[in-house]
Amino acid sequence: MTDATDPLTREWQGPTPRDMLVAKVKGHTGLLIGVGIVGLLTFVAILAPVLAPHDPYAQSLMTRMEPPVFLGGTWEHPLGTDHLGRDYLSRLIYGARVSLLIGAVAALISGLIGTAMGVAAGYFGGKVDMVVTFLINVRLAMPVVLVALAVVAILGGSLTVVICVLGLLLWDRFAVVMRASTLQVSRRDYVAAARSIGASTPRIVLTEIMPNIFNNLIVVITLEMAHAILLEAALSFLGLGVQPPTPSWGLMVSEGKNMMLFEPWLVLIPGAVLFLLVLAINLMGDGLRDVTAPENRS
Amino acid sequence: MLPFILKRLGLALLVAFTVSFISFLLLFLSGDPAAALAGETASGEDIEAIRRVYGFDRPMLVQYGEWLVSALQGDFGESYYFKLPVAGLIAERLQVTMILGVCGISFALLTAVPLGVAAAIRPNSIVDRVALFMSVAGQAMPSFWFGLILIVVFAIQLGMLPPSGAETWRHFILPTVVLGYYAMPAIMRLTRAGMLDTLNSDYIRTARAKGAGEGRVLFKHALRNAIIPVVSLAAVQMGFMLGGSIVVESVFALHGAGYLAWESIARNDLPTVQALILVFSMFYIVFTFLADVLNAWLDPRMRSA
Repeated sequence: MTDATDPLTREWQGPTPRDMLVAKVKGHTGLLIGVGIVGLLTFVAILAPVLAPHDPYAQSLMTRMEPPVFLGGTWEHPLGTDHLGRDYLSRLIYGARVSLLIGAVAALISGLIGTAMGVAAGYFGGKVDMVVTFLINVRLAMPVVLVALAVVAILGGSLTVVICVLGLLLWDRFAVVMRASTLQVSRRDYVAAARSIGASTPRIVLTEIMPNIFNNLIVVITLEMAHAILLEAALSFLGLGVQPPTPSWGLMVSEGKNMMLFEPWLVLIPGAVLFLLVLAINLMGDGLRDVTAPENRS
Repeated sequence: MLPFILKRLGLALLVAFTVSFISFLLLFLSGDPAAALAGETASGEDIEAIRRVYGFDRPMLVQYGEWLVSALQGDFGESYYFKLPVAGLIAERLQVTMILGVCGISFALLTAVPLGVAAAIRPNSIVDRVALFMSVAGQAMPSFWFGLILIVVFAIQLGMLPPSGAETWRHFILPTVVLGYYAMPAIMRLTRAGMLDTLNSDYIRTARAKGAGEGRVLFKHALRNAIIPVVSLAAVQMGFMLGGSIVVESVFALHGAGYLAWESIARNDLPTVQALILVFSMFYIVFTFLADVLNAWLDPRMRSA
């Protein structure tokens, strides 16, 4: 091997793929903004107990519906208090935990289901592919919001139930994308080579196919995470998702809705944060797709 | 063409059948209809009696078979809450949802297609960037929140439009915008990509070379070809939108089928919920079927798929 740190040989070799990737990431504003915001909100969610100025569940009837500091409130409650006198900033901070947890775990569950189905369909083809394609069609025909609402209503809204229901419903895009990527990769020569030296199917899937479709998987994970977060908020807004007093952003919008006429910020603030998080995750997903797409590697 | 249609039709029927079975299974596994019917104050014996009278104690497959046979005849049973036939209830409420769906998809097409064309004519221009920003923002916007903001601004602050209800056409403006905005990003992106593709093709260069005016090139030659996939996407989006109207209808208190779904779920009205899941998925299945057939008709290459 030549010494990559030697400036002469290095110039002759040109930039390594890694250098090109770093350069592309640095040049992609959307990706940087997305990663920045998601990173910041994740940091806030993890450190919620340290960062939150108050207990998000502590009610105080003496200090109900205080306005945020920019509308004439005090720094004691920087974003004001809700109809039960709970500190809005603290609830917002703990709400980041709910959203990110639901998004991440639901995307993980649906990712496992969808990837297994998609890779199996793409690799084996034939009957397996037919069955998986049919299942994808069935899943797409089911109205997600309606089915999720109905099941959560019957089982009772808790964080676990919402996560499981969303995880079991949102695997369709994983299956579609992983199927297409596997189809493409399994036609390559290195897969044929692995097969010809007698590698087992699990070995081919794990060491030849998975590493080569991983980029696409990461992109779908981010986009589905955003999808799950939006759906959880919608379910909670409709009163059939995460139940009070859990601080969920969708629930906060729903609780603020009745006082929207006089205190619009009760609705504006949690919705804006939700919008920002989903926007940032989508920017991250789109950016990852741009920088890892093979056609941009030249 | 006919074999293609028959094959797609068979698949659509099979999907519809499977969806109905899965949704029946889901509701069967997760709820006790006897307890829901009996109410909170009922004793264990009352619930047991109701279970026998309604036949909830029989095997699930028998119940499903019975439900399916009557559903095929248009009988979805009686609503636990309204004490009315579910079929009539849904048919009555579906009107509002259909109006909303048609308005929503029209709004999406009328805004997204011109925007997509404008963006494709000058890639990376200001228009292109605004269109891209709108589509990225549209995908991240929680529809219930967007609806509430529109109510605050246009109904409460400006007093221009009614905040809720379905009495006049003016009641449909805000819900149309919210529902349509949800379908816009995908349509805009596809129009833009399709236009960019066709504008770079040989026959456009030929059209320009023979001296055709720019407007004629854009609309007669390019858009006609670029719009084909958009039409079928719009049909699919329409199917999705009707399912998504549950959120919009509850924000604007539009008493359509989506609102009925929300009420019925909250009231444990299982026959209504069951029927609505089937109706909404049928919409999706019918619209995707139409999109496939339309695609195959417009573009014979698709018929082999």
